Amino acid sequence: MGEVIVVTSGKGGVGKTTTTANIGTGLAMLGKSVLMIDMDIGLRNLDVVLGLENRIVYNLVDVIEENCRIGQALIKVKGYDHFYLLASSQSRDKTAVNPDQMKRLTELLKTQFDYIILDCPAGIEQGFKNAIAGADRAVVVTTPEVSAIRDADRIIGLLNANNIKKTELIVNRIKIDMVKKGDMMSADDVVEILAVDLLGIVPDDENIVISTNKGEPLVGNGTKAGKAYENICKRITGEDVPLMNLSKKGLLGNLFKKN
Amino acid sequence: MFFDNWRKNKNTGDEAKRRLMLSIVSDRAGCSPEVMEQIKNDFIQVISKYVEIDSEGLEIKVASNEKGPSLTANIPIKNIRKKKED
Repeated sequence: MGEVIVVTSGKGGVGKTTTTANIGTGLAMLGKSVLMIDMDIGLRNLDVVLGLENRIVYNLVDVIEENCRIGQALIKVKGYDHFYLLASSQSRDKTAVNPDQMKRLTELLKTQFDYIILDCPAGIEQGFKNAIAGADRAVVVTTPEVSAIRDADRIIGLLNANNIKKTELIVNRIKIDMVKKGDMMSADDVVEILAVDLLGIVPDDENIVISTNKGEPLVGNGTKAGKAYENICKRITGEDVPLMNLSKKGLLGNLFKKN
Repeated sequence: MFFDNWRKNKNTGDEAKRRLMLSIVSDRAGCSPEVMEQIKNDFIQVISKYVEIDSEGLEIKVASNEKGPSLTANIPIKNIRKKKED
């Protein structure tokens, strides 16, 4: 039986879709069977981040409305044996799906995959409710900024209220030079405020823009952010991997000591 | 002067953390401005039974310290003598 993981944040633009794409790809690289589902109905993006935008025939809403068989809507990612995307619909909106339907769908798909990664839309309305309905665990993405952290706190509260068993945090876009100067909250600060387990830290990296331009994930390409996502994937599978040292020259690495 | 400016902008990360802590504590406690207003009015009613207070000057806020979140009320007293019973 597989595990359903929702990637969520509350605030938009903090890196949910990039995180979903990289966690999905990283887990597939570890030999896991993985399905990614874009839950952002009406504003789909996961397909384009993964370079799969020209291969969509059927989408999530087609599956829910039984316009096709599930297998017909799963887009296989080349280069992997069991790595698929279920794209979202671009022409419909969040009300095209309800939480009960999502719960039933994920229950069914869980028997076929090791991991199902759901890319949650921003906000706390229906799209969020649909995305968390069938989730076993949650990955909350935030950046070290007041607005993103405040929204993450609200999301963590809602995940607890909805009995999501495990909620972990990714602090994205850390700028180590600013943290050193005291002008950016460190991952430790963010963890202290949100009081939740840390799954990983991802440094701010221009390579993310470049890889998104190309429609290729970062994992496996040797960049710092890519390496950070690889570590996150290993932690998801239960492996104990220490946090990476983001400091360029290896000084002050103890800023990022785990706990 | 340069030094003053430099000092003023030092550790804005700490300032962010402090501001966040405060807003998150009141978010978590569910203390919307409306709820705070209700609490304030209830305070005025209860305390006015015993002492004469300055209801205009009454201030309540949610803050957090080492022990966790706390509700702090500052209630200026106008007249310490017990109000005459009706």
